[in-house]
Amino acid sequence: MRFDSPLAAVGNTPLVRLPRLSPSQDVRIWAKLEDRNPTGSIKDRPALYMIEQAEKDGRLTPGCTILEPTSGNTGISLAMAARLKGYRIVCVMPENTSRERRELLSMWGAEIISSPAAGGSNTAVRVAKELAAEHPDWVMLYQYGNPDNAGAHYTGTGPEILADLPSVTHFVAGLGTTGTLMGVGRYLREHKPDVAVVAAEPRYDDLVYGLRNLDEGFVPELYDAEILTTRFSVGSADAVARTRELLSQEGIFAGISTGAVLHAAIGIGRRAVREGVPADIVFVVADGGWKYLSTGVYTAESTEAAVELLHGQLWA
Amino acid sequence: MAIEVRIPTILRTYTDGAKAVTGSGSTLSELFADLDTNHPGIRERLVEKDELRRFVNVYLNDEDVRFLDGINTKVADGDSVTILPAVAGGMR
Repeated sequence: MRFDSPLAAVGNTPLVRLPRLSPSQDVRIWAKLEDRNPTGSIKDRPALYMIEQAEKDGRLTPGCTILEPTSGNTGISLAMAARLKGYRIVCVMPENTSRERRELLSMWGAEIISSPAAGGSNTAVRVAKELAAEHPDWVMLYQYGNPDNAGAHYTGTGPEILADLPSVTHFVAGLGTTGTLMGVGRYLREHKPDVAVVAAEPRYDDLVYGLRNLDEGFVPELYDAEILTTRFSVGSADAVARTRELLSQEGIFAGISTGAVLHAAIGIGRRAVREGVPADIVFVVADGGWKYLSTGVYTAESTEAAVELLHGQLWA
Repeated sequence: MAIEVRIPTILRTYTDGAKAVTGSGSTLSELFADLDTNHPGIRERLVEKDELRRFVNVYLNDEDVRFLDGINTKVADGDSVTILPAVAGGMR
């Protein structure tokens, strides 16, 4: 494969079967390796697509400052693209995110504004919206509500999956901005209406939810429940256990949110085996484990010890 | 046997600080009504006009009940129900 520039190498990631984690010969689990993108995560797709669409319609012009609430991957992807394209970028992220993330963002030239840990991403979104109001000349691409986030997956990830695996029966991905599920889901449903689109949503421990208010929740503007077949909540313990299993069984070193997605994929696989129906289940490996090494979950003696290490942290 | 209901921190004022309580009923709606008899006021925080409140997520054995039958989802002894505030994803 040959490309004319680093940004042109976004997408076209491998889809690999997991022979050991697949429950049977005809219920197969496939990993879409999005860590193979230029900055190491699936977010290169929406970041580049949102920037290019904004350039096309004139929202983003030379010399602009990009503003984005992001606790990591999207910011890293946007910062890389911004550097290559000559934009200044300001990222708002919760103060309790890992050191690796901060260093990666700074490395690509992003300026970081910390938002209070309480409320996590919800608070980062609120702070970014306030900054956007104070600086009307800054361009907030706003991944949670920008249709081009889902558009990147509708035009890229979705067609790639169907071309590589026309027999796909299930698509499973993490639920954050909802862009991946909305974009891939919409594409697959249009081309193969019986495909099941399954969301795996991270469930943190009490420390993270502690201060959340039930009346001021946050649902990304992109979210359309009609696209989903169902939605699972996956706790830290299952996410960590599956992340470690993916490493030990298949040699894939993935981020912790991928463990949560794999947990849902395996659950669906087992259900298919019980019901005696064949299935080709595609799940997304959103990023590699590098940014989470400092949590210690990969090298902990036991899964229980690894879960303990994640206590109170946002891991997806 | 009964149905275990995991309560988020924000609602534990209704459960004397308990992280999990038990209740009974054949649907979620009945379960929430049953909870309200022991923990007055909690139902109103979860339900509005016979629908789940917008920013409240309820999971039956880890599956979002909005994709089952919502508040009319059938429940049975031994099931586990988790109530959580709706949140944005973490590392986006």
